[in-house]
Amino acid sequence: MSQATLTPSSAPVPAPAERQYQRHDKPLWRRTLLRTESAIILAIVLLLVIATFTVPFFAQPYTYQTMILNSAPVLLMLLPVTLIIITGDIDLSVGSVLGFSSAIFGLAFQAGIPIGVAAVLGVLAGGLVGVLNGVLVTIVGLPSLAVTIGTLALFRGIAVGLLGTTSVTDFPTDITRAMTAPLGGLPVPVVTLAIVVLALLFGALLHFTPFGRGVFAIGQSPENAAFSGVRVNRTRLILFVMSSLVAGATGVYFTLQYSNAIGTNGFGFELQVVTAIVLGGVSIWGGRGTILGALAGGVLIAALNKTLQLAGIGSDTISIVTGAALIFSVVVASVAGFISRRRRSKATAVVAVGT
Amino acid sequence: MRFTTSGFSRKKLAVATATLAATALLLTGCAGGSGTAPSTDGAAAGGGGDTSVTFIPKSLGNKYFEASDKGAAEAADELGMTFKEEGPTATGSADQVPFIQTAIQTGQKSIAIAANDPTAVCNDLEQARSQGVKVVAYDTDTDCRDVFVNQATVDGIAEGLVKLTADHLGEEGGTIAILSGGANAANLNAWVDAIQALIKKDHPNITVAKVAYGDDVDEKAYQEAQGLMQSIPDLKAIIAPDTVSVKEAAHYLADTPEYQGKVWVTGLGLPSEMAEYVESGIVEEFGLWNPEDLGYLASYAADALIAGTITGEEGDTFEAGKLGEYTVGEGGEIVLGPMFVFNKENVGDFSF
Repeated sequence: MSQATLTPSSAPVPAPAERQYQRHDKPLWRRTLLRTESAIILAIVLLLVIATFTVPFFAQPYTYQTMILNSAPVLLMLLPVTLIIITGDIDLSVGSVLGFSSAIFGLAFQAGIPIGVAAVLGVLAGGLVGVLNGVLVTIVGLPSLAVTIGTLALFRGIAVGLLGTTSVTDFPTDITRAMTAPLGGLPVPVVTLAIVVLALLFGALLHFTPFGRGVFAIGQSPENAAFSGVRVNRTRLILFVMSSLVAGATGVYFTLQYSNAIGTNGFGFELQVVTAIVLGGVSIWGGRGTILGALAGGVLIAALNKTLQLAGIGSDTISIVTGAALIFSVVVASVAGFISRRRRSKATAVVAVGT
Repeated sequence: MRFTTSGFSRKKLAVATATLAATALLLTGCAGGSGTAPSTDGAAAGGGGDTSVTFIPKSLGNKYFEASDKGAAEAADELGMTFKEEGPTATGSADQVPFIQTAIQTGQKSIAIAANDPTAVCNDLEQARSQGVKVVAYDTDTDCRDVFVNQATVDGIAEGLVKLTADHLGEEGGTIAILSGGANAANLNAWVDAIQALIKKDHPNITVAKVAYGDDVDEKAYQEAQGLMQSIPDLKAIIAPDTVSVKEAAHYLADTPEYQGKVWVTGLGLPSEMAEYVESGIVEEFGLWNPEDLGYLASYAADALIAGTITGEEGDTFEAGKLGEYTVGEGGEIVLGPMFVFNKENVGDFSF
């Protein structure tokens, strides 16, 4: 908030005010290295290095292959949800959208529709949920938390209801094999390519376009953003649709990865997605965060899981470690924020007296 | 925001240092934890002749699987196998996958799994088998295993329950009813059909008046039990091949003294839930399989696969300790045995 008051005219009109943003009081290397994202990435690297030397059987391509395979759905879905959280909204329905899209995809395939068309139907089914979320949040004006908790239950119910206790499993093996195959000669699966491409797209959208600046502006203050020409509701609606489209596509991918369409697919994934994003330094209050950070948060959790599993540590302990890491990172970020705000307000006071 | 100018580095520095500290903490935790693990893992991988098994139950904290894995550990101990039990806390379709991967990577010689989702784990189980890891399915079958240790066949369950009921009714027979769970549950319907077919064939003096469904819901099952006892005046017995139904039928009987001694209740129940009714004499006997024996047999099957005594071919035989000799049946199935009967003497010995 104090940032906004510091440069009140900065957000709305990009062109003339732009020069102001370029005033950096620290050199480039400090700005690059001393960020939450850098800290998380460093943590990942340290973790991998130490695991390589201390955890038996860790240092092999299979570790990385499975690490990414296991976390791919979360890594894919967190990308658009990051943008939603930066606007100050939240989307808790992604796990259910995954299940819903999986069910639609499975049913369509079972009905004899060609697998490619069935996949498109699955993705579109996801997109429809996004439209519903978006309309309820923007046009009806309900809080996104309430709306997406509602659709979380609603679409899980529909997904489970559509298939009942049955599941569709007879997908062509050459396609399901291809889903988990390594990418070229690299020790990572094919889906890595999708994650990287989508991350670049969403990163560019968030950090290098007027749309992205609008996303940050909405997170800072929707009123200010609206007054400065950001089409707030349109932006939020688009984000919800994007989020559900990606969740829908993830549903199709997940179905093929495990060669199983069932309504319970993706159960509980929404919380893993939000955990990764918040761990990656994105403010749950909106207005602050990066795609790189969120992605790094997801990778850190994936690496932690893999390391602890290989070290023979039980899943209950892994949950404890992940939870503790999240709380630690949030507490530290907020304490650090509090300290820096106090320093800054003192500095501003001095400046004010000086002028 | 990205373009904040002042207070920038300190805040980020604080975050950076703290995150590093956190990671360091986590890492020391890891290193400490892994200190114990590698010694066994290393031995398992390096020892060559050593045998090991990882049991992956549907989820941790489930009393049924705690019992089966207890039996499995006992057998592994007898066999000198390294035993590990690892599993998810949730029952999502892919939640067991990381544990299969870990077992592959840590060089386990065999995996015994009760799959939540028989298809979703297949890819990784195939991976395991391609690397020479033997795969035993227990409790729930999957397509990608060497053998399946089956706790009970449809006919085995039907025979067990019909025998209990027929022995009780004796020569004169009488009218009975069946109280099942969900009307759409495939396994329950198979049991109900088999029970009816068996009664028709072997016990002409027994008539099944009605099949009711409790829908796996306590209250509904209670009401259905009430309905059966009220609407069928000469009802002599209820067979409830579903744990909720048998418990609620017993519950209704306990609440209604006028039917006690008149209507006899049996079925498939959990000892922990049925103990109070068996101890008070409301229910004399009920059946299920013994999950400890199931785990015990799965460990012996894993060991026999590793040793090459069996390959999963029909007709292979192996010794399973206190349970005796077993033969691999059609499709690589090893059937645990006849239904296990619980009564006043043994019901207190089980915690699941």
